[in-house]
Amino acid sequence: MSNIETYNTAFKDTLEVDDAMLGADLVYQSVENWDSVGHMQLIAALEDAFDIMLDTDDIIDFNSYEAGKAILSRYDVEL
Amino acid sequence: MLLEESVCLVTGASRGIGASIAMRFAEEGATVYANARSEGSLDALCESNAGRRKGTIVPVYFDVCDAAGQKAAIMQIKKEQGRLDVLVNNAGIMKDSLIGMIDRSTVQATFETNVFSAIELMQLATKLMFRQGSGSVINMSSLVGVNGNRGQAVYAASKGAVISLTKAAAKELAPKGIRVNAVAPGMIDTDLFRSAGEEAVERFSSCIGMGRVGAPEDVADVCVFLASDLSRYVTGQVIGVDGSALM
Repeated sequence: MSNIETYNTAFKDTLEVDDAMLGADLVYQSVENWDSVGHMQLIAALEDAFDIMLDTDDIIDFNSYEAGKAILSRYDVEL
Repeated sequence: MLLEESVCLVTGASRGIGASIAMRFAEEGATVYANARSEGSLDALCESNAGRRKGTIVPVYFDVCDAAGQKAAIMQIKKEQGRLDVLVNNAGIMKDSLIGMIDRSTVQATFETNVFSAIELMQLATKLMFRQGSGSVINMSSLVGVNGNRGQAVYAASKGAVISLTKAAAKELAPKGIRVNAVAPGMIDTDLFRSAGEEAVERFSSCIGMGRVGAPEDVADVCVFLASDLSRYVTGQVIGVDGSALM
């Protein structure tokens, strides 16, 4: 599985969104499951998948599908 | 054994109460990641554990005030064990100053070590516990944090903050199966306590209802209780270990 596929899978599994929703419009609290609990589940899924641990500031800044890509690039995860 | 297959992180474990907690946890079968700041300062602890304890003690050196060091340690535990069951935020400093002579650097250093590092480590540790749906966080407060003490306004404030932190975190983390409790030791026979001088030690000791200064093991045994399933329905509590000390 490529990194982008892994990234997308984390969103789909934890937030229960489909492929069509993966894009610029997918932001924090834009879907029912992306609340504070869903956010931590998403972060946990990404940390496990890419074997990283995000800094607290990055967890706070991870407020959209696109922002997440930029943040993960700082952890040497190229999407 | 009460902590068989448990993975624990104990900060400030090179001596005193922290070393005793690490030893007791290992005795109960735990894999204990014992933290200290200075490289090599855990050698004695690891050697004394080797061959006579049921569990394992693994040294992890980092300054609890260093966010990168904290994160590296949690990552190491995650990679090696895949879980973390118990965090003991024990590392702390105590600097006495009378009101009017308290400088900002003392306040900053005390809160950095005693409070901020505990918050940050708890955040990191509970990320692993959250995945498991279980865990126990034990924060080291102090009798002084409950009752206050002359000349210890800063230390007392920091240990009082640890109590507030414990109670708030317990409420937030209970639905996730994570328990958070604090221990408030009184006068315990450690190097730090002895450094007050013989006269002071005698004066302090005379204020203890049970007639003796506590041993580090007295505190460690309470931590075993809080770390184990014996306390499975206990959270948000502050347990005094002071032999009925009057302060």
